[in-house]
Amino acid sequence: MATQAAAPLMQREVFARRSRRAGLWRVARSKPIGAIAALICILLVLVAIAADVIAPQAADAVDPLKNPRLQAPSLSHPFGTDNLFRDMYSRTLIGSRISLGIGFTSVFFGTIIGTTLGMVAGYFRGWVDLVVSRAIEVVLGFPPLVLAVFLTAIFLTSKGFSWKGFFILSLTIGIIIAPATARIVRGSVLSVRNLQYVEAAESVGNSPLRIMFRHVLPNVVAPIIVIASIQIGNAILAEASLSFLGLGISDDSHPSWGKMLQDTRQQWHLAWWTAFVPGAAISIAVLSFNLFGDGLRDVLDPRLRQSS
Amino acid sequence: MAQYLAKRFLASLLVLFLISILVFIAVRAIPGDVCKIVLNTQDVDQQQCDAVREELGLDEPVAKQYVTYMGGVLTGDWGQALISKRAVWGEIKTRIPLTVELTLLSTGFALLLALPIGIISAVKQDSITDYVLRILSIGWLSLPSFWVGTMLIVFPAKWWGYAPPVGYVDIWEDPLKNLEQLYLPAFSLGLALSASLARVTRSAMLEVLRQDYIRTARAKGLRDRVVVIKHGLKNAMIPVVTLFGLQVGVLFGGTVVLEGIFSLPGLGFLTFQAVTVKDYTQVQGVVLFFAAVLVSINLLVDVSYAWFDPRIRYA
Repeated sequence: MATQAAAPLMQREVFARRSRRAGLWRVARSKPIGAIAALICILLVLVAIAADVIAPQAADAVDPLKNPRLQAPSLSHPFGTDNLFRDMYSRTLIGSRISLGIGFTSVFFGTIIGTTLGMVAGYFRGWVDLVVSRAIEVVLGFPPLVLAVFLTAIFLTSKGFSWKGFFILSLTIGIIIAPATARIVRGSVLSVRNLQYVEAAESVGNSPLRIMFRHVLPNVVAPIIVIASIQIGNAILAEASLSFLGLGISDDSHPSWGKMLQDTRQQWHLAWWTAFVPGAAISIAVLSFNLFGDGLRDVLDPRLRQSS
Repeated sequence: MAQYLAKRFLASLLVLFLISILVFIAVRAIPGDVCKIVLNTQDVDQQQCDAVREELGLDEPVAKQYVTYMGGVLTGDWGQALISKRAVWGEIKTRIPLTVELTLLSTGFALLLALPIGIISAVKQDSITDYVLRILSIGWLSLPSFWVGTMLIVFPAKWWGYAPPVGYVDIWEDPLKNLEQLYLPAFSLGLALSASLARVTRSAMLEVLRQDYIRTARAKGLRDRVVVIKHGLKNAMIPVVTLFGLQVGVLFGGTVVLEGIFSLPGLGFLTFQAVTVKDYTQVQGVVLFFAAVLVSINLLVDVSYAWFDPRIRYA
């Protein structure tokens, strides 16, 4: 009896799982570029997580015997060595940690700030909307990188790597990307807000907070995911620019790709790979996240295609 | 129309006012003591410190400091740099032409690349050409401009021994040498901008080319080129101009890095220098200036909608 009842249930579950997998495959087939980009993104994240295991040397291993100065890429040093007797391959792998780590964390902060502001503005409208919109305009009134340079110069006083610095830097980049999220969320909330189910939820006596989280948020989640995935690339670029200017949190044992470019600036004309490798790493990461975000947008929210 | 303009103008003023307060407060929120930066030592006695603070006007209430500062800014006295002791506005003023030229050249490059690409992609929608152009443009959208700049320094030097001339010359002094110094950074900056502009041009053109008046223009027997450029492009410009307004800020930010790489003494380089030596009055001045320019450009962009689309009259 029990098995009889269980069988169709299990079967249904198998079907569901199978169709979900088939759906994923269908999406991947229709957006091959996005799918490949997604794979590269996953690979990059895995590399960042396992960096200290994969990397043949430590990031700050200065070893004149094993790593002759400024050696061109070869079998023992796939990415060459830099001016301080360090293996660039190891540094590039380990550098992905700060680059991607800051990238993800700042998008996380930016998305939370932006979503909250956008939702509050779109839901309450009126003067709340006015205040939030002015705040967004104030942030957009600065050139993004100039604002980032300004904020990090003031608030990121510690030199080198620290978790506090990591937090401040992510928050800074998060503030810069939040306006874009806020605008999109506000627009989506405005269009959802007047639908009947929100009215119904209101008339039953739900609190605004509950309505926002239970009824409005789930319906604007697609554009939020899309904009967040597109912003990861921008955040990685911002971190690279800042650490290239010497304002990041990276130091010798915690390299980032931007800092690696900065460290070898005087050697670029002697050793092209010192300029090429870290920049290529940044470009590949940004490109993959951009293409992934693009594909995701086409799948999740075709309406957004026109807007950017 | 006049009412709309007045409203937009006032809103921009309000935003600028808020920005100035924000910058002013942020600079005063700097942890650490100003007098240590000014006197350039770690051990300062209280008396020296008080003297410095008084000289900088930091002993006054913050509101009064703000009013004094903004009064100065509006009359052309932006104060004195903490460390170099030069006039803040003087430093900014001498660097404006270079950064303006760099920004204009980058925009020129960007439009030169973006408009043809966007138009061709739209006219030949879903063809191989369209596909290739789209992939290419998203590809170079992801290249950091400072890396493109780096490569443009490293590889020509390696292969052909070519390097742009060092030591900046004013355009009025020697236009050719000046352009030779600027075209590489301008190209690096323009490339990323051109990618996003091309994407928007494409989608806006697609939208416009489906309109009835395009069919009418074709039915009148106008040549394809005239239809696309004169009837199509002008009407597709609104989203392009909007995006451009949003991207000018990115261009300005790019100058901070690129002027550093190419050793060009512009506003971006000034920002970077001032931040590095912690010259906060200079930082405050440049950041405020950048924001003022950006807000003004966005105001202009809004106003220009009416020109591109006479239907928009903002009653």
